[in-house]
Amino acid sequence: MTSGDAGWEERSAVRVVPPLRPRKLAKVPFVELAEGRLQGVVSSGSDIARVYVSSIAAGTHNFSCSTNNNRPCAGAGGSRHCKHLKALIDEAVRQYGFDRVARYLKVDASEGDDLHFLLKGRLEKAPAAMVFSRFLRHLTYLQVPAVSEPLPEMHWFPAWKAVA
Amino acid sequence: MQAVQLAELLAQSPPGVAEAVEVVAGFDAALAGGLARLGPRHTEAVNALAAAVGASPLGTALADASAKVAGGAIGVPEMTALAGARAALLGAAHDALLARLDGALGRSRAVWEERPAEGEPVPANLLAAARSWLRELAIAGWLGVDEGLASAAEQAVEALWGEPRLRRLAVLLDGMAAELRVSSPVATMDRVPERRWADLWTRAVLLSHSGGWTGGTATVSGRLLPLGVDVHEHGTAVQAQLHAVLEPADGDGPVRLVRVAVSAAKVDTIVGPEVWKLLSAYPTLLAALAEHRSVNVAGMRLTAGGDLLWDEERAEAGEPADPFATARVRLPDAEAPAVAPLDRHPVHIAEPVLVEGYKVKREGTFDLGGQILAVDLDRLPPGGPLTERLVTASTACIGLLRWDAGRWSLQPLAVQSAVKKQPVAAHNGDWALGPTDPKVVKAQVRSGDPVAVLTERAGRLLRK
Repeated sequence: MTSGDAGWEERSAVRVVPPLRPRKLAKVPFVELAEGRLQGVVSSGSDIARVYVSSIAAGTHNFSCSTNNNRPCAGAGGSRHCKHLKALIDEAVRQYGFDRVARYLKVDASEGDDLHFLLKGRLEKAPAAMVFSRFLRHLTYLQVPAVSEPLPEMHWFPAWKAVA
Repeated sequence: MQAVQLAELLAQSPPGVAEAVEVVAGFDAALAGGLARLGPRHTEAVNALAAAVGASPLGTALADASAKVAGGAIGVPEMTALAGARAALLGAAHDALLARLDGALGRSRAVWEERPAEGEPVPANLLAAARSWLRELAIAGWLGVDEGLASAAEQAVEALWGEPRLRRLAVLLDGMAAELRVSSPVATMDRVPERRWADLWTRAVLLSHSGGWTGGTATVSGRLLPLGVDVHEHGTAVQAQLHAVLEPADGDGPVRLVRVAVSAAKVDTIVGPEVWKLLSAYPTLLAALAEHRSVNVAGMRLTAGGDLLWDEERAEAGEPADPFATARVRLPDAEAPAVAPLDRHPVHIAEPVLVEGYKVKREGTFDLGGQILAVDLDRLPPGGPLTERLVTASTACIGLLRWDAGRWSLQPLAVQSAVKKQPVAAHNGDWALGPTDPKVVKAQVRSGDPVAVLTERAGRLLRK
């Protein structure tokens, strides 16, 4: 019995969101495909209190990288990705899989291609504050206390088996 | 469960279920295309839904609503009436299916007692914001959903998470919005999960009128004997729901089946065995799962729907108790709980059973004396040791009987098998205090500790 079965549309409990693969979060704690961009937060290699906000727009592939206080990253410029953007791309592929990232960014590519090479955008400043506040919101989930009142609606969301 | 019981369960579907589901399917197709511009076929489907509840107390409201919707007007009252009718039909289907199951298993079930709900009214503005998004979805239909509409609920959902009494709605809308977002634009999907999304929408509309529906409670004391744990998970929430037998202390009623659910918010990068760390506020419960122990509970609150509201202060770890022994000795005579009115939907049918003496067929089904029981091999949580291989090599299984899309299946919670003639068992909750499989421990070390990393980041960044 797999989700490929006939009758999928008639079922209440089916997997719709593709599973994410576990990855190390220390370097790139936050990655998302949202608001028309691959965007995320990359920890600074030198200063534990500093983070970089990096993003790549779908379609144009123009990119941006700055600290959360809007100080531009010195490594990114012209058509050159900095190490934060490179890490963002690598971790996104780890988390979502190559196809999903390529599809969202509208890259014409197939598995095995090098995304770094295919994303030929230019530096174009994007709002770091918005992405950073989405990261903070993401973190607030971990501060919500656990509860022991039943959530019957979770029966629509079974824990599906891991995929290889 | 015996072969003869399974035969009775699998005999033709209870009368009326297929017809009710067909009416629901018609409405679901209309909702997929959007209720604002119904074509003739979908107008007919909405009218059929209204007609199906015509003789019930919902009749007048539905007659009104279907007329308005046919005219292109869809407001909150219309949307609510339609959701109510759809829920009522599936509620009736649920009742017929559960009665069939109880009859087949010879299981007695408590009668629903309405207990006064506890607590204060919930903030009306939060509910109104949820309704407004649900109305937009109904107007656009699934096929009209794009990333903008899917994300339009973000603020409302964020506010709902801040109100503990609205947790059910927050968790539901968050899970639903994530699915719509990842599927956007929905019109380009190969296939649309029409039943599922209409289910989620319907439940959300109902919850958006009053928030929590847990109802009142009574207190109970006694010995809790675990059977198995069902794990639920989406990007931002995880719930572990224990099914157990409660042997009440003197005078506290019959031996009965109860559930214990604990849940936590999470983020999508916390997966697999890591999720148990988020439930560490319940050490006695987790130890009972991981170590197969009974728990003595004293004065704990129990809802009329059979949910024990876990309170660590009122729980004390007891003696070791093998869930398979409990399933053999205590489960057959335990009284099942009544079903809360809002939970009358086939998706909530999850009846614990013990199945043994079967042959595993090649396609992964169980042949029990010639009766074939489907086994849900997709529903094996990655936070536990159960795998397809263990299930198909098993000789006994504690599982939940479920029904979806016209078919009964068994969701395994625990299996026993023989490895080199030695009996071994694996339970969904075995890793509640951390994985016991060295390979999994190693993989966990490789990927670091996501909960610790994110908690550290939250501590550093959120204080500012």
